[in-house]
Amino acid sequence: MGNSAQHTLHARALRAEFPILVSPRAGGGAVHYLDSAATSQKPQRVLDAMDAYYRETNANVHRGVYEMAAEATERLEAGRDAVARLVNHPREATVFTKNATEAINLVAWAWGARELREGDEVLVTMMEHHSNTVPWQIVASMTGAQVRFCPVTPGGEIDMDAMRSMIGGRTRMVAVVHVSNTLGTINPVEDIVAMAHEAGALTMVDATQSVPHMPVNAAAIGSDFLAFTGHKMCGPTGIGVLAASPARLGAMEPFLGGGEMISDVTTEGATWNDIPWKFEAGTPPIAEAVGLGEAVRFLEEIGMENIRAHEKEVAVRMLEALDEVPGLTVYGPRDAERRGASMSFSLDGVHPHDIGQFLDSKGVCVRAGHHCTKPLMRHLGVQSTARASAYLYTTDDDIIALRDALIACREWFGAA
Amino acid sequence: MGGLDDLYQQLILDHYRNRRGRGRIEGASASVHEHNPVCGDECYLDILVEDGRIAEIRADGDGCSISQAAASMLTEVAAGKDLDEALMLVEHFRLVMHGEAQPDEDLLGDAVALEGVAKYPVRVKCALLSWLALRECIADYRETVATGG
Ligand SMILES: Cc1ncc(COP(=O)(O)O)c(C=O)c1O
Repeated sequence: MGNSAQHTLHARALRAEFPILVSPRAGGGAVHYLDSAATSQKPQRVLDAMDAYYRETNANVHRGVYEMAAEATERLEAGRDAVARLVNHPREATVFTKNATEAINLVAWAWGARELREGDEVLVTMMEHHSNTVPWQIVASMTGAQVRFCPVTPGGEIDMDAMRSMIGGRTRMVAVVHVSNTLGTINPVEDIVAMAHEAGALTMVDATQSVPHMPVNAAAIGSDFLAFTGHKMCGPTGIGVLAASPARLGAMEPFLGGGEMISDVTTEGATWNDIPWKFEAGTPPIAEAVGLGEAVRFLEEIGMENIRAHEKEVAVRMLEALDEVPGLTVYGPRDAERRGASMSFSLDGVHPHDIGQFLDSKGVCVRAGHHCTKPLMRHLGVQSTARASAYLYTTDDDIIALRDALIACREWFGAA
Repeated sequence: MGGLDDLYQQLILDHYRNRRGRGRIEGASASVHEHNPVCGDECYLDILVEDGRIAEIRADGDGCSISQAAASMLTEVAAGKDLDEALMLVEHFRLVMHGEAQPDEDLLGDAVALEGVAKYPVRVKCALLSWLALRECIADYRETVATGG
């Protein structure tokens, strides 16, 4: 795959930039890391950027008059510029949070808890991650609103006819995942956002699994809110992003209160700082913003188009390889145009936990479980699945190792 | 694959492929349904108590090889025990799984083969699911008897 004529990404060469992928683990051989949907590995330059921040300019941001504090502030805000540029979004409406989960909770609490009324509806899909379901369920239970679930077709796509009929006058929010972490499905979020807006509803796009893997243009998607997380895009844990409509964000009351987010505080009350800082209470994740900014530059240098083209090839190869394993069922779309390279599957007669354990003994890291998508698992009629998920550093070797380990696994458990 | 052989001893695979004591008991003295939220594994455990002894024990449900084999082994070793003995057995197994006791083969029967699971913290829950269900079952049974229900 590294030598494809269609794009210029050389996965094998890129691996050299990821310490974890090139230094064998204690007592082990090569690691075939196929769990990037859970978290990506980090290139050396991201680690270096964070290290340099702590070594050279560590200081608290915003209020310091001394030079180092000003420099820390500059590096934090440069991180914001980078992520805003990556998704083509205004920087002042690009809010740093702890992760994607907190970005969605921010909207659920700052907007939903205040604005939802009895009888209102929040429409989510059956393939949402729990982080785009549970916050809505919590605020719905407080406000008397109802959370409805748009079904998923047997092919693993959002049932668009159902979506059309479920969006109505009571719908206040449509919250939908851009790329499913479990099925890999790429959803037509532009169409869904347009349908929701036509009905007067707001929209939340969970772009956690799309921003790391393909070009995402927040302006073109046009949603009121778009959330993603740093650690799945070569960045550190502890930082996420909410890209919101500037007007919505400006009109919303704060989520968390504290330092940094205020303009003035008196014994009578407080007034709010400008956006985005109004939504960033307390000391922000500074080193993390620096690391995420570096991750964005790394991704931009490779090119999001190239990453997507590479992963499309990986998806094709992975589907072919999994088809060679007897008794294996892949969930989600078969067409690589319509999916990312995150693939859930089950193996007749072998429990996903046992698959995960066996594959680990062969140096292949996959995830087993419900992938924080329990409503989807019930919808598919399974308790859990195994999931292999790729990234820009995934090679043919990884996929062959996966296939061979699965064939051996089936024999080991006597399912053959 | 030394590590894997430690974990998945032949006896475990044998119990997984040929489950003993599988199913439900009609008119059970006590029944418990446990599940492991991490993986969704489920276990239904039924006991029939006669003269203070476990006259019959059955386990049903779905799960990985470890959880299924552990349930199968439990039904063999717990059958016929009086309730206090059964509780001691469960406690011994629990300690073995947490690496706090050496396994007593006379007590555990085939379940001694699960010893290697202790080294895999995420799998300990799988092994314990049905065993802790038995503890729960006995507690429920005693409460029902005590309250005359
Ligand atoms: C689709 C999707 N949404 C949201 C999340 C939550 O991300 P985080 O745990 O970083 O908040 C994940 C990560 O597992 C995800 O895959």
